[in-house]
Amino acid sequence: MGYEEVTQSLGKVVEMKNITKKFGDFVANDSVNLDVFKGKVHALLGENGAGKSTLMNILYGLYSPTSGEILINGKKVDITNPNVAIEHGIGMVHQHFMLVKPFTVAQNIILGREPTSKMSVLNMKKALKDVKEISDRYGLYVDPNAKIEDISVGMQQRVEILKALYRGAEILILDEPTAVLTPQEIVELIQIIKNLTKEGKSIILISHKLKEIIEAADFCLIIRRGKHIDTVVVSETDEEGLASKMVGREVSFSVAKEEKEAGDEIFSIEGLVVKDNRDIIAVDKLNLSVKKGEILGLAGIDGNGQTELLEAITGLRKVESGKIKINGEDITNSTPFQVISKKISHIPEDRQKRGLVLDFDISENTILENYYKNPFAKRGVLQYDNIKVYAKELIDKFDVRPKEETKMARNLSGGNQQKVIIAREVSNDPDLLIAAQPTRGLDVGAIEFVHKSLIEQRDNNKAVFLISFELDEIMNVSDRIAVIYEGKIVGIVDAKDAEVEKLGLMMAGGGNE
Amino acid sequence: MKLTLKELRKKLYIFATEKTIGFTLISIFLGLVVGAIFLAAAGFNPFQAYGIILRGIFSKPSYISYTIVRATPLILTGLSIAFAFKTGLFNIGAEGQYIIGAVVATAAGYFLHLPLLIHIPVVIISAVLAAGIWGGLAGYFKAKFGVHEVISTIMLNWIALYFQNFLIYTKGFQKPGGETSHSIQPTANMMILKTWKQSEAGREWLLQHPFWKDLLRTPMNWGFLIAVLMAVLVWFILNKTALGYRLRAVGFNKFAAEYGGINVNKNMIISMFIAGGLAGLAGALQVVGVSHKVTLIAAMEGYGFDGIAVALIANSSALGCILAGLLFGALKYGGAKIQPFMQAPSEVINIVIGSIVFFIAIPKLIKVILTRKNKKGGIK
Repeated sequence: MGYEEVTQSLGKVVEMKNITKKFGDFVANDSVNLDVFKGKVHALLGENGAGKSTLMNILYGLYSPTSGEILINGKKVDITNPNVAIEHGIGMVHQHFMLVKPFTVAQNIILGREPTSKMSVLNMKKALKDVKEISDRYGLYVDPNAKIEDISVGMQQRVEILKALYRGAEILILDEPTAVLTPQEIVELIQIIKNLTKEGKSIILISHKLKEIIEAADFCLIIRRGKHIDTVVVSETDEEGLASKMVGREVSFSVAKEEKEAGDEIFSIEGLVVKDNRDIIAVDKLNLSVKKGEILGLAGIDGNGQTELLEAITGLRKVESGKIKINGEDITNSTPFQVISKKISHIPEDRQKRGLVLDFDISENTILENYYKNPFAKRGVLQYDNIKVYAKELIDKFDVRPKEETKMARNLSGGNQQKVIIAREVSNDPDLLIAAQPTRGLDVGAIEFVHKSLIEQRDNNKAVFLISFELDEIMNVSDRIAVIYEGKIVGIVDAKDAEVEKLGLMMAGGGNE
Repeated sequence: MKLTLKELRKKLYIFATEKTIGFTLISIFLGLVVGAIFLAAAGFNPFQAYGIILRGIFSKPSYISYTIVRATPLILTGLSIAFAFKTGLFNIGAEGQYIIGAVVATAAGYFLHLPLLIHIPVVIISAVLAAGIWGGLAGYFKAKFGVHEVISTIMLNWIALYFQNFLIYTKGFQKPGGETSHSIQPTANMMILKTWKQSEAGREWLLQHPFWKDLLRTPMNWGFLIAVLMAVLVWFILNKTALGYRLRAVGFNKFAAEYGGINVNKNMIISMFIAGGLAGLAGALQVVGVSHKVTLIAAMEGYGFDGIAVALIANSSALGCILAGLLFGALKYGGAKIQPFMQAPSEVINIVIGSIVFFIAIPKLIKVILTRKNKKGGIK
């Protein structure tokens, strides 16, 4: 059965017809159609920058469409701002939560719609009752008296959903809801989504994670570069099918990698101790080494000392004791400048905080470590002609889009920001490339690219140290896998012999030792 | 007719929102409108008042010259703040750095006895270095102890102020019997044709050439040219040099700069040193070009604080500081004239300046006003 037949008998709650949105010459949405049905989950799939958020911002009244029309429950509406959207029963949970941190859960939920008794006095008792009622009804359990700053990200997301429900949302837009969640929280979220649809709510799920769409959604609209590609019934397709529609070509999920004999040891860490911001030991007498021509993957759950380890290696954090060596040279407690000069490059964990100067353009970002060197600067004066040529070369080689070296880094999509960083770091021709969470938040196409770059580096007989929370990624890309738990390496296995269950057990502290 | 009006509004909207210069000009215009409202409310004809101000700035060569002399220190303190701002620092200390520059220039100008062509550069350079260190101190405190530069520079301002007053009451520095310092040596004086215009021949010639006589009546000096040169230099350093790249990287994102191997602390100190030097230059030029001495001051003179407004109006652009400084100088000089000529309070000019800064500081307001109009135009 195709989409048409399946949806024939369903009631439409939202119809977006031929929506086009232009920003200047740039077409963000090109006559996109979206129907949302009562009690169903409609996924919105597309790469970073494909126009998913634009479409939803139009529905939520943050943008007005250049052309096209929107019908809610069969009636044509003009959604000029979010208040109008809320009046029509549309609620949105943004990727970045909009909560007042020192307020309690209940206070946040009722914010703007506070129940009052006579004389406009806040009726907190009724507020608590209301909050409890909706949270029970949809199985969204929260502690109404807990402060936002004290609860987990997953809980905060529940508060956001409750906030929308409290305002009477019938149609709920969830913008990349799983991006910030742990695997366990994702399972819970999917259950919540199911509870909501059972109660007749309609959900629009923006995502580029195929697995979740398969698990949670009924239908899926795929957009690519602003264009409407297809709407499919999720139960009639699979991950590969969705991925090829999203990217526009076949995508391989397994990483193509040839056998390769690793060379000599080039980088080593001995008995490293590093403290975290709270002055507690985060890396505890850690030993590790990486060989030429190999990718060493560091698996582990977030918060087991990965960040501190990385910062200690790259000179951003003080080493308490122990030794870090590259090419036999001691680089313990060097400055970042010295570390870079020892041919260590680093794709940082947080690309926007560390990796890029967002208010610099692409070309300025490509020379972040080399701006003072010939040919980029001569006698302290920047040579913009040479910088431009270099930037263009990198843009071409690493397929950064748009192909304009004068584009601000801020205005690039996440995937392209990452490409700029990888281009810069790989072009430094490092002996050791450290990649921390290199594919976080990226879509399938970009992930494939990042993995290829890492493997290429290894094939050129360079050492690569990959740190990731995604076990799939570690297992696909690495040659050897080290598992970190509470600041210690609890085991190292050959990637060929690695088993998910065993690694999972080690990551949870049940190591070989 | 309706259509053209709509188009006009649309154009105005684009002009005001997409181009910073357009936006600045509209803010200035709105500032003048607010000033006019206050004048009208106080019972004065705003057109007459603005007419007096305009004539007070442009109608005589000497007026123009005075305007430029007024603007010179403002351009430099504006540059000082704009420079620090571009590198992520908020230099509230231009006031104190100005004072240090002026004091050191006076000391070097009075105590040193050097030939004409050497004395002025020595005076200026020592003043710039001293003020640079004064500014750099705030950078050092931030780098070393994490003291926010706004706090430390405000403190340093007061220290500088009382240091100047202390020196004025110090024997050797104080002019006997006065609440001022000694005047600098003639060799350190940068006023144009200073000795000639007081000589017999000079006076004779000027009597026959009223234009030049009027122009040279003023403390016209080379300071303005130096300020313009500095603006160009600051622009060049920030945008064209490796040092500027470093400073801007630290200013935009110090975490990325640190990651890229740039020494963030060192560059913060350098930035505050340069900012301090620029404000100190303002003080030094004021001494060698205009006042020739420092006097006892009861409160801040405001050159540094006005510099904040100049930098804001210039949108922290180095070359913009020249224009913003001139505007500021002109308003202050010309604005003072409405008091004697029509008994209108010259404080109105401060309202105008305040409003301009206000409109610039809240770009959203102008956008909202214009969008409203646009939308209404669209419905009609």
